[in-house]
Amino acid sequence: MHLVFPAVLAALLFCVGLYGVLARRNAVLMLMSVELMLNAVNLNLVAFDVWLRDTLHSGQALTLFTITVAAAEIGLGLAIVLLIFRNRGTADIDRVGRLTDGDEKADDDEKPGDQKADDEEMEGVG
Amino acid sequence: MNLAAAPLDSTHGFLSPSGAEIVFVLVGLGVLGAALLTVTTKQLVHAALWLVVALGGLAIEYLLLTAEFIAWVQVLIYVGAVVVLVLFGLMLTRAPIGASPDADSGNRWLALGVALAAAATLVTLVVDAFRCTWIDLGTVAGSTKANGVSLFRYWVLPFEALSVLLLAALVGAIILSRREKKEP
Repeated sequence: MHLVFPAVLAALLFCVGLYGVLARRNAVLMLMSVELMLNAVNLNLVAFDVWLRDTLHSGQALTLFTITVAAAEIGLGLAIVLLIFRNRGTADIDRVGRLTDGDEKADDDEKPGDQKADDEEMEGVG
Repeated sequence: MNLAAAPLDSTHGFLSPSGAEIVFVLVGLGVLGAALLTVTTKQLVHAALWLVVALGGLAIEYLLLTAEFIAWVQVLIYVGAVVVLVLFGLMLTRAPIGASPDADSGNRWLALGVALAAAATLVTLVVDAFRCTWIDLGTVAGSTKANGVSLFRYWVLPFEALSVLLLAALVGAIILSRREKKEP
């Protein structure tokens, strides 16, 4: 098989993921785009491992490690997103701007009673 | 590497693709389309389901590259576990069922420009670098036995470090999502 096919597919997939990370507003959708980018890297690793016939199988071993790290990453990332949602009532990246420099407007649309009501509502569900 | 000899190799040709190449390109087009829909669709749950299509297609690509073990790990971990986690995340953050018009932020065109520039650069570079390189798919390169032998003979220490990493991620996720008791 021509090596260009998997390499070009991986490059295009990486760029699609890059677009998703930059353009999406929802935090969960951003994490999905990060998964796409990691998968592009995995495809590259597998293709080059099969091409070079490495005796240590380092490409495929690294792919397994990347998959594991990606699983840990999405678990922790979703836990953080859920925590933000529980505290702020939104999962929008644009509206989580408390640490930004000087731009106080990001916090304006957060209503004062929002968090408490949200917490109680979630308590009822759980 | 005798890369210089590769262009003279008459057993490969641009205009006579093998069956594996044709299937690879077709599945690759499907993967790219599903990935594009994942990052552009307005319906959040549909995005997660298109992600399933993209990741499953990548598992087929791994099979075509004779990396069987990676393909099944991909199906088990990505399609089985990660997408379920993402769907749970969407549900718990109360994603709307219908189309949500504000799924994309305002800097979408800037993002499109960055992605297109990166794609042009990378594809030009990769095509120029590997124009005359072929993968020999004659023997299976990623059987479960070969992977297991190399993993537990040469990669034991990283493997164990990764198990510690997974444990740390598990504990961290529990700590982060635990709800403290409210003081009266």
